[in-house]
Amino acid sequence: MIEVRAAPFDPGTELRRFAESGAGAGAIVSFTGIVRAGGEAGEVSALELDHYPRFTARTIQTIADEARSRFELIDLVILHRHGRLAPGEPIVFVAAAAEHRRAAFEVVDYLMDRLKTEAPFWKREHGPDGSRWIEARGSDLADRERWEEGRDGRD
Amino acid sequence: MNIVYCGRVAEIAGTREEEVAPPPAFRTVATLRAWLGRDRPDLLAALCAPSVRAVVNDEVAEAGRALAAGDEIAFLPPVSGG
Repeated sequence: MIEVRAAPFDPGTELRRFAESGAGAGAIVSFTGIVRAGGEAGEVSALELDHYPRFTARTIQTIADEARSRFELIDLVILHRHGRLAPGEPIVFVAAAAEHRRAAFEVVDYLMDRLKTEAPFWKREHGPDGSRWIEARGSDLADRERWEEGRDGRD
Repeated sequence: MNIVYCGRVAEIAGTREEEVAPPPAFRTVATLRAWLGRDRPDLLAALCAPSVRAVVNDEVAEAGRALAAGDEIAFLPPVSGG
């Protein structure tokens, strides 16, 4: 399941729902990303996420499809917020179900690295000194490169 | 054609979407960028930044891509990451 939504979600509920639907899985790994209270420019009162709905959904779908073809995977879920979020709120939830743990861990790691560098979201931090657009971080791009051909010994 | 501005480009444009009918000479991705920014230097600079991608009808498009009435062209700055 892939969903980009404005409404808040509860990671515990999402994980339980996913676990109940993942028949045959021997391993489920999940990741929840949470809006941090401290941004690069200090205190954050809100994080605003812009997206381009059809294209954003389609890009995430492509990433999910590539994960399915690359790893031994039973099922996955990607849930991402857009709109205005407060610090402490879950912003992204990713979970993978596989027969064995290694694939489940890897899929979640892979999905997050790709979402961070490719999913069309534009974030703006609001703080005491106004707001600022956030640029992609070099460390995220370096994380993404780990999955390129030959880097992980698979290809 | 329908123009969609994303992220900080929308802030610079002062709008999210606009319906435009550029003259025939401006109906490629590259020339449309110039035409949209013709009276707005800040928007021109934003649209022509090499990092700003154009997406035409949900597909990433090259500079020479021809455009027609009814197309939706979106301008996407680099994604934010974390």
